[in-house]
Amino acid sequence: MSPKSVTIDGNEAAARIAHLTNEVVAIYPITPASPMGEHADAWSNAGRANLWGTVPQVIEMQSEAGAAGAVHGSLQAGALTTTFTASQGLLLMIPNMFKIAGELSPAVFHVAARSIATHALSIFGDHSDVMATRTTGWAMLFGNGVQEAHDFALIAQVATLRSRVPFLNVFDGFRTSHEINKIEALDDEAVRTLIDPRDVAAHRERALTPDAPVLRGTAQNPDVFFQAREAANPYHNAVPTLVQEVMDEFAERVGRRYRLFDYVGAADADRVVVLSGSGCGAAEEAVERAVEQGEKVGLVKVRLYRPFSVESLVAAFPPSVRRVAVLDRTKEPGAVGEPLYQDVVAALAEGWPVDRGPRPEVTGGRYGLSSKEFTPAMVLSVFEELDRDEPKRHFTVGVNDDVTHLSLRWDDEAWREPDDVTRAVFYGLGSDGTVGANKNSVKIIGENTPLHAQGYFVYDSKKSGATTVSHLRFGPRPIRSTYLVRRANFIACHQFQFLESTDVLALADDGATFLLNSPYGPDDVWDQLPGEVQRTILEKRLRLFVVDAYTVAREAGMQGRINTVMQTCFFALADLLPRDEAIGHIKEAIRKTYGKRGPTVLERNYAAVDNALGGLSEVTVPQQASSTRSRRPVVPEHVPDFVERVTAIVLAGHGDRLPVSAVPVDGTFPTGTARFEKRSIAVEIPIWDPDVCIQCGLCSLVCPHAAIRSKAFPADALSRAPDAFRALDWKGKDLPGHRMAIQVAPDDCTGCGVCVDVCPARSKEVARHKAINMEPKQPHLDRERASFDFFLSLPGPNSDDTARNSVKGSQLLEPLFEFSGACAGCGETPYLKLLTQLFGDRLLVANATGCSSIYGGNLPTTPWSKNADGHGPAWSNSLFEDNAEFGLGMRMALDQHERFARDLLTASDWIEPELAESILHSEQETPEQIDAQRERVRELEGRLADTDQPEARLLTAVAGSLVRKSVWIVGGDGWAYDIGFGGLDHVLASGRNVNVLVLDTEVYSNTGGQASKSTPRAAVAKFAAGGKSVGKKDLGMIAVDYGNVYVAQIAMGANPAQTVRAFHEAESWPGPSLILAYSHCIAHGIDMSKAMTHQKQLVGSGYWPLFRYDPRQAHEDEHPFRLDSRRPTIPFREVAVNEARFAMLQRSDPERAAELFGLAQRDIDERWRYYEQLAGVERTVVRPDS
Amino acid sequence: MDLSTTYLGLDLPNPLVASSGPLTERIDTLKRLADAGIAAVVLPSLFQEEVEHGDLEFHWARTHGTEAFPEALDYLPDVELDSGPDRYLRRVEEARAAVDVPVVASLNGSSKSGWERYASLVESAGASALELNVYFVPTDPTQTAADVEQRQLDLIAAVRSQVRLPLAVKLSPFFSSPANFARRAVEAGADGLVLFNRFYQPDLDLENMQVVPNLVLSGSSDLRLPLRWIAVLSGVLDCSLAAASGVHTAADALKALFAGADVAMSTSALLKFGPEHVGRLLEEMSSWLVEHEYESVEQLKGSLSQRNSPDPEAFERANYQQTLRSYSTSYEVP
Repeated sequence: MSPKSVTIDGNEAAARIAHLTNEVVAIYPITPASPMGEHADAWSNAGRANLWGTVPQVIEMQSEAGAAGAVHGSLQAGALTTTFTASQGLLLMIPNMFKIAGELSPAVFHVAARSIATHALSIFGDHSDVMATRTTGWAMLFGNGVQEAHDFALIAQVATLRSRVPFLNVFDGFRTSHEINKIEALDDEAVRTLIDPRDVAAHRERALTPDAPVLRGTAQNPDVFFQAREAANPYHNAVPTLVQEVMDEFAERVGRRYRLFDYVGAADADRVVVLSGSGCGAAEEAVERAVEQGEKVGLVKVRLYRPFSVESLVAAFPPSVRRVAVLDRTKEPGAVGEPLYQDVVAALAEGWPVDRGPRPEVTGGRYGLSSKEFTPAMVLSVFEELDRDEPKRHFTVGVNDDVTHLSLRWDDEAWREPDDVTRAVFYGLGSDGTVGANKNSVKIIGENTPLHAQGYFVYDSKKSGATTVSHLRFGPRPIRSTYLVRRANFIACHQFQFLESTDVLALADDGATFLLNSPYGPDDVWDQLPGEVQRTILEKRLRLFVVDAYTVAREAGMQGRINTVMQTCFFALADLLPRDEAIGHIKEAIRKTYGKRGPTVLERNYAAVDNALGGLSEVTVPQQASSTRSRRPVVPEHVPDFVERVTAIVLAGHGDRLPVSAVPVDGTFPTGTARFEKRSIAVEIPIWDPDVCIQCGLCSLVCPHAAIRSKAFPADALSRAPDAFRALDWKGKDLPGHRMAIQVAPDDCTGCGVCVDVCPARSKEVARHKAINMEPKQPHLDRERASFDFFLSLPGPNSDDTARNSVKGSQLLEPLFEFSGACAGCGETPYLKLLTQLFGDRLLVANATGCSSIYGGNLPTTPWSKNADGHGPAWSNSLFEDNAEFGLGMRMALDQHERFARDLLTASDWIEPELAESILHSEQETPEQIDAQRERVRELEGRLADTDQPEARLLTAVAGSLVRKSVWIVGGDGWAYDIGFGGLDHVLASGRNVNVLVLDTEVYSNTGGQASKSTPRAAVAKFAAGGKSVGKKDLGMIAVDYGNVYVAQIAMGANPAQTVRAFHEAESWPGPSLILAYSHCIAHGIDMSKAMTHQKQLVGSGYWPLFRYDPRQAHEDEHPFRLDSRRPTIPFREVAVNEARFAMLQRSDPERAAELFGLAQRDIDERWRYYEQLAGVERTVVRPDS
Repeated sequence: MDLSTTYLGLDLPNPLVASSGPLTERIDTLKRLADAGIAAVVLPSLFQEEVEHGDLEFHWARTHGTEAFPEALDYLPDVELDSGPDRYLRRVEEARAAVDVPVVASLNGSSKSGWERYASLVESAGASALELNVYFVPTDPTQTAADVEQRQLDLIAAVRSQVRLPLAVKLSPFFSSPANFARRAVEAGADGLVLFNRFYQPDLDLENMQVVPNLVLSGSSDLRLPLRWIAVLSGVLDCSLAAASGVHTAADALKALFAGADVAMSTSALLKFGPEHVGRLLEEMSSWLVEHEYESVEQLKGSLSQRNSPDPEAFERANYQQTLRSYSTSYEVP
């Protein structure tokens, strides 16, 4: 075992070299590259120096375009500069990449390659981003795994300095960036030896300086531009040879040898595959196995893709090669073939020597888009195809294409991994710490034994109740199996309830060990297992072990965190290390991970480890299955056809099996599907006590998942109510003879407890008993299920019956945003739900990328829903940076079509004048008026269907636009304050009737809490680890400055009535509106169950003042700016210490905390003073109609 | 006037000690206290439960929601945090550096492991002495008085075995036999006793139907309770005694000393009138002593203790009738 061995993931592997060899780092968060920037920021924050003894400066920019601009400037001024990015981020850098390459500025960008958003966004890995940059003039090195991400980071850095051509260090997003593997770390000396100081000095000498002034970035004319482009040819031409030189020097110094194109396989191979990136791992395994079996096959791994060396590629092939399949991890619709294919075809056409015999035939295939599994069996299927008389010229592998029939068949079942590799799969919940413990296990084995270790982790796209599947391998040789474990000899199920929903034993190999966290002991557990599980255990002859990890953890004071208990049991059963030694290493890993969190944390974790094995027992498996219970169906009976054919398959975890024909061609999906995904993740649910209820509607208002609902209905509607259904008389005078009910959706509730926290009604007899109370779900489940089903069948009030301007009235309206995968207790979703309650049936949503686009639009289901009439929000996501423009475009289209429809209607003489007139001139201010218009338009559409007037067809297509629509532009603060601000500003300035809802969490929540310009002073966030030193941008005042923009700053938990009022006012204002909605977030480090109450304190401290600026009041003698919150009474510090984002600064740097807290208080005081003055200011806004 | 006294083996220039409170938390007010002539300061307590709770809260905040969602494997940066004890030890060191008077650290807790761990740390940080607050409200009706007492004695013994520092124990007044417990506390290793700990008593918020903490500053009348027990214990136990409730005026401090206290501790009065109140108290004490022809504090300490009092029974009387009678003679009963 080498002392240089480390067990890290690809992001850290690349970032270590990047931080060591650069002076300036300009970053912006994007999955899956964000951790590289976070590492760099954390290392600089901790004072870690680079090769030259200075601590690199790390700066977060407002977008990747900004980061690239900053990199460009820093390079021009002579600093060694880098960045990290992926996907759309890389696309935003393209303009600067052209510049940087055109100016021959040496730099390396480290890219965790990820899909480009097309019909859908995907955070997962393929080469569509890097392939889109291949015309920029950058060199591109592809690493195949964690070791190569590390090595090529250095080779690229050395080569760029030597060649002056900038480099992309490319490795595959997630498969490499997030895979943990044991690698040999480069020591600083090796790095120092390879980087030639003369190259560094030359770069610095080229810096712009007034001491030796030059001009760069000129504009050129037809006379010389072309020549100048050609003038740089020698630099690009030299790169391949130079990279090979660097690779050779690297080999000499470090021992690992790379070539521009590395060949592995039979020396006399007649069939060869060519590919780059992590897929090479699976391909190499396939080739080795096939060669062992006498097949004449081989693999060319493409290392340096740009500049493309024809000579080196040709030289890499064995002379015997007859057929070549080039595999591209990208798609280029309309091209002759994908990029690598085209390059190989061209290279062989150009460079295949006549004396080497006939030029091989080349075919091209696509694989692995968006991290689609790519397995050795798929590679074998490519070789089989190449062996056919007429192999497909173009093909795909990894999907079943039943539309264009391009796909190859493959058989994963036939592939077996070597017996000496331990393969373990763990099913856990996000909240139970399974992944963290498994990462530690991989490190323990990797760093303390001669064994090699690999960990790869599959997460689902839910933010609450998320399941994780950990795939671990341990073996005597380096592990390059770049695909999921398919046959595990160890399976652990960390959550007993998974047995009811997931086939956790599907991957179990015969004779495997099955470790189950079970509340039932070894004598009782068998009878509690579903029939499928019992039968699989018997058929596969599994050894079954149980431990009651929750009890062990609880007794150790580790409520809910079962990770160390399960980890200890794994080591005891996997037999990779002697038990005592393993326990010692686990404790050491705990000490390393949690050492700074205090002795109590360590002691409790140690206790969990010590007590784990006492609770571990082997179950004597009976001879036969006895259970009559089955796993519960994925979706209920009688679901829509699409849900049954597609959604249910994906929910069952079998989405890979869906054929091409099953999925929509253009990314269009039905809404209202989250209701079919009954996740049932809550342990406790709120139970209503009508005797205590005051019918305020707050519980329903704040519920992030629309899992608590209220409804008023005629009393006689209860005639068929289930016995357990509870209701009480409606207290308002507006609905005489009505009853009302508050009902939980027991299978959709996440158990966050926010509803109970805000409930103001307490029992007169027992003060802690409220009108809703959290109670264990299981005893209530059947009753509440029946009640909820009945509740859904109850009629809601007519829209004209309720005071929808009130909190209580708004909560009687049907939410058309329900059961999202947002975090339990999410602070954003209650606003969206309210939006749909008020305007959902005529709502278009343009949604910026971020949390809201993920819980709103990440398949397989969506919370955006529709009412019984089939009306509901229409939703789309364009990009992160352009959402305001995207929404404005929707408004333009609606307005244009409305105008067109009005023109047609006005001109038509074949529609009854009364109908046309009433459609053209009826007001659409109130819901009743809008309903009436909808009815009139429906009548019009009926007429249109009955006529053969040519204009009728035109009018039919746009008639819907005659009913008033509400366009809402929704996004987070990362979008509104940073990357999308330019567009947002433009849209607000447009005067158009759009509504902007900023769900302000004050950090980039979706990518893990990076600072934005909304992050307040003194808060600790990623990229502001030492506490943010500058204050929050006042976006509201920027918008107020326009005068004709309605602006409201709201916080639902502090003033729900103001929230409801602001939504109505914004929607009814015919110009642009902006609502800044305070959204508490898991990234604040708060008790989410009390977060709405906490908002009251925040507002009470003046931290988040509530206000409304209404341009309708901007006329003489009026004050359009209205402060809705009271003068602050609570010191900021008192509120702040309840949030870890502030409190941790007090713990990490008390002096700085004292300083920043003081400044933050002054920010608050000054803002309040300013707002108070504004509230007294008369203002008139000049409008054409005023 | 010689105001010097000895407390916990520490030679002090006068008998006024600032007990733990907001004024002893900050360096600037500590300096003002010292400048005003305070003889020693007791730093605010390191609350064992608070430290542990804080550590667990942070641990929870740092782990909650992590490793669950592929785009956000965690939500807060991985910065190194001080643990609660680190901060406290720094505070002890800073206080020692800032003022010349003895700095008494104090610990508040209820579990043995916490006491042992933190007591050694405090000693290593350079505290002049250590004051233990046995903060424990026994609400379990199955737990006997003997159990409660034994638990506290075990804690004292555990700390004693860990540190060589002078050790004071701040007692609760709620014992069936306070004198007996005091004796056993000294046997367990206490060098001094501080009488008494004032617990926050919860209050009810009728509007919000909630239990709320309610801190009321002491008044001079609160001195009566410690006064009696100091008088009872003075000269009986071989340990220092401190009076720690209701010392507001020079007369209050003198009463405590007459009853047998070695020092009089004040928090509320200093909060109310500011650190400079110390100077006034010392002046008034000196004047009184001069006026009454005393030579030193040592001379009068304990001269009105139960043993030395002309009417020892007065301290033993439950006294209800007599007190009421004397009350009604002074005031008209409505």
